[in-house]
Amino acid sequence: MTSSRFEINRRAALLTSAAIAANVVNPFRAFAQETPRKGGVFNVHYGAEQRQLNPSLQASTGVYIIGGKIQENLVDLDANGQPVGVLAESWEATPDGKTITFKLRKGVTWHDGKPFTSEDVAFTAMNMWKKILNYGSTLQLFLTSVDTPDPQTAIFRYERPMPLNLLLRALPDLGYVSAKHLYESGDIRQNPANLAPVGTGPFKFVKYERGQYIIAERNADYWRSNSPYLDRIVWKVITDRAAAAAQLEAGDLHYSPFSGLTISDMARLGKDKRFIVSTKGNEGNARTNTLEFNVRRKELADVKVRRAVAHAINVPFFIENFLGDFAKLGTGPIPSTSTDFYPGTNTPQYPYDKAKAAALLDEAGYKPGAGGTRFALKLLPAPWGEDISLWSTFIQQSLGEVGIAVEIVRNDGGGFLKQVYDEHAFDLSTGWHQYRNDPAVSTTVWYRSGQPKGAPWTNQWGWDDAKIDKIIDDAATEVDPLKRKALYADFVREANTELPVWMPIEQIFVTVITAKARNHSNTPRWGSSSWHDLWLSA
Amino acid sequence: MRILNLAGRRLAASIPTLLLILVGVFLLLQFAPGDTVDAMMAQMGGGDAATARELRRFYGLDLSIPMQLANYLWRLVRLDLGFSAIYGKPVAAVILERLPPTLLLMTSALSFAFFFGLVFGVIAARGVNRWPDTLISTVGLVFYATPSFWFGLMAIVVFSIYLQWLPAGGFEDIGAVRTGIWRMLDIASHLVLPSLTLGLIFLAIYLRIMRASMLEVLNLDFVRTARAKGLDETRIITRHVLRNALLPMVTLIGLQAGTMLGGSVVVETVFSLPGLGRLAYESVVQRDLNTLLGIVFVSALLVILVNFITDLLYARLDPRIAADS
Repeated sequence: MTSSRFEINRRAALLTSAAIAANVVNPFRAFAQETPRKGGVFNVHYGAEQRQLNPSLQASTGVYIIGGKIQENLVDLDANGQPVGVLAESWEATPDGKTITFKLRKGVTWHDGKPFTSEDVAFTAMNMWKKILNYGSTLQLFLTSVDTPDPQTAIFRYERPMPLNLLLRALPDLGYVSAKHLYESGDIRQNPANLAPVGTGPFKFVKYERGQYIIAERNADYWRSNSPYLDRIVWKVITDRAAAAAQLEAGDLHYSPFSGLTISDMARLGKDKRFIVSTKGNEGNARTNTLEFNVRRKELADVKVRRAVAHAINVPFFIENFLGDFAKLGTGPIPSTSTDFYPGTNTPQYPYDKAKAAALLDEAGYKPGAGGTRFALKLLPAPWGEDISLWSTFIQQSLGEVGIAVEIVRNDGGGFLKQVYDEHAFDLSTGWHQYRNDPAVSTTVWYRSGQPKGAPWTNQWGWDDAKIDKIIDDAATEVDPLKRKALYADFVREANTELPVWMPIEQIFVTVITAKARNHSNTPRWGSSSWHDLWLSA
Repeated sequence: MRILNLAGRRLAASIPTLLLILVGVFLLLQFAPGDTVDAMMAQMGGGDAATARELRRFYGLDLSIPMQLANYLWRLVRLDLGFSAIYGKPVAAVILERLPPTLLLMTSALSFAFFFGLVFGVIAARGVNRWPDTLISTVGLVFYATPSFWFGLMAIVVFSIYLQWLPAGGFEDIGAVRTGIWRMLDIASHLVLPSLTLGLIFLAIYLRIMRASMLEVLNLDFVRTARAKGLDETRIITRHVLRNALLPMVTLIGLQAGTMLGGSVVVETVFSLPGLGRLAYESVVQRDLNTLLGIVFVSALLVILVNFITDLLYARLDPRIAADS
């Protein structure tokens, strides 16, 4: 089931101009004969400082990029995107899906020398994943207890069935373990270890100099023998994208993850032999560009209008001219990189057809008035990423051509979330939807009714559809993987038919890394992974 | 000393101003949609409403706005700047960490701008309407019109990427642990490009002011008298003209200390310097009210201090000012 993972590369290679294609076709020039070299400092571009570094408390790539090297998860994804044990060695679910048992790795110690046991897992699951971790509190909503019959066994007990494949695909992001002995007293949010993490991972935290850098060094007692290779990792705080590109060129940085540079700089560095610019290693961090309809608005409550909007926008033109090689046509809420759930046929689709858009709007009863305008809408673009800004302008111009006047209202991050997700003060909004390996983790909440007001990245468009709700609920507790996949195919079809949110562009984050790096980008969430096998050639 | 008395009274008068500024900034930030928890959620990539509620309670954002303001002012009276939501430690500690790079950058940029502004201003005034004047004025205009972020990036491209003479960013080299004089030299080398970038616009301003006031003073009677007495030209310039022409320059420094803090946001961002300007920007984006107010407070104190020093310099340059007060 891995073929579609590479489809993007193949497809991109066919489409692109020569320079980047060369890297995408063969992003890893063959080095099979080389033996790994120990030592070296790896300098990483860190774009936005987080308020904390513990991935058991905050699920975001900004935390994993640092905390994921120091702390470890129960399960990660291997090169084929399949769950592979890290702190857990094996797992087993009862047929009713209500009890899941993890066998933990022996001989693992925390960086402060204390042994890692099932007590740590139980404490983290009950007090951090279930109570504090974003997305974790939804995922573990029905977790009632974690039993620890012996130090190497953790038994998760659920009130409702928990599909094993859902849990295993969620745990790479939502399954980082913290040390019980450091967190059991006092306020977890205030714990000093949140900014000076202690873990079991290949690198030990050394120093955090605010606004400048974070340093971690090799853990000599790491349980994977002969690993890690690097002496230290330094994350340099550089907020300006152009400055980061300059530092890469000056040799002060080795790696800029998650599309941290401007689109033009990434294209430019892709032609430079010293760097590899590729989407590989980010398949687990797929995102789609969205267009969200506030259906409280009378015009947008009509599915004909929503479909007309989709038909009015020439997406392939936009991708080709503005996003270049880093994006492709999207087909629905589950991206094609999701080997486990991508349904294959995502009908219906809304190809560019201005005449059809106009006809649908006429049919809905919105004839052009004076000056050719049918009605006016307010569009709020999210402020992360230049692609969203370009996309919103493109929407404005495209809709203008079919008689919908669009006013763009720009905000910064806090303002955008407040207005869209709390005050619902928008007609259209646009941003990213980030897919997290399983639709139940963070995708279906975009469509499920009854989301509390003010929760970001949930259904705040006022969408309420009993049929979609039922599919979502059934799939979230369906234990049989094949039935789950079929349910999500139904979900995609319904979502594309009703179109409360349109997801027309698929993107994968772009990595810029030095050509000296070895063993990089070899898993679908490599930027977030532990880098235990990463090394630098001389 | 009367000048100290004057400055002391100025200092006392600035306390209500400071209070007004703080309340003003507090209220202004209330108009921005979203609070620190919204900004935090944006950073995390999502979370549920219960978490958000819990966090609002944690940061005291569930209180009414007058209550929050009252709490803040009461803390300020006890010289407590509060707790930073971005960094999870006291605002005073965060600001103290960020102050040295900004102060270093400001002093080096100001001294650079002041010194070369003065020298080029004098040269231009001496050769007014001849080629040195035309050249200096044109170059000055170019510096003045160039956006500092562009200038900074070009400086990085030339001096860091092509020539590899100077570091492309950061405050010091993390790889090598240096101490004493070597660390100072390392930091100095990191500050060269940012200081030039920040200083060039100010250099252009000083140059024009210096040129204008030199030309004005050169035409005054006492200069003519000095010339008539047969003093040599260098002595006329240094003893008589320069001293009088410097007054508007000193005024400008006092005024521009504040502007420079603002201008340093761009330079600190381009050169990844951990300074106050960038901290202020981040705290606005992250709606971290405590940190922002703390920075406003410290910057206002800085501006007051610089103006105090300016007052002292005035008295030194022109004794009539101290006498008048």
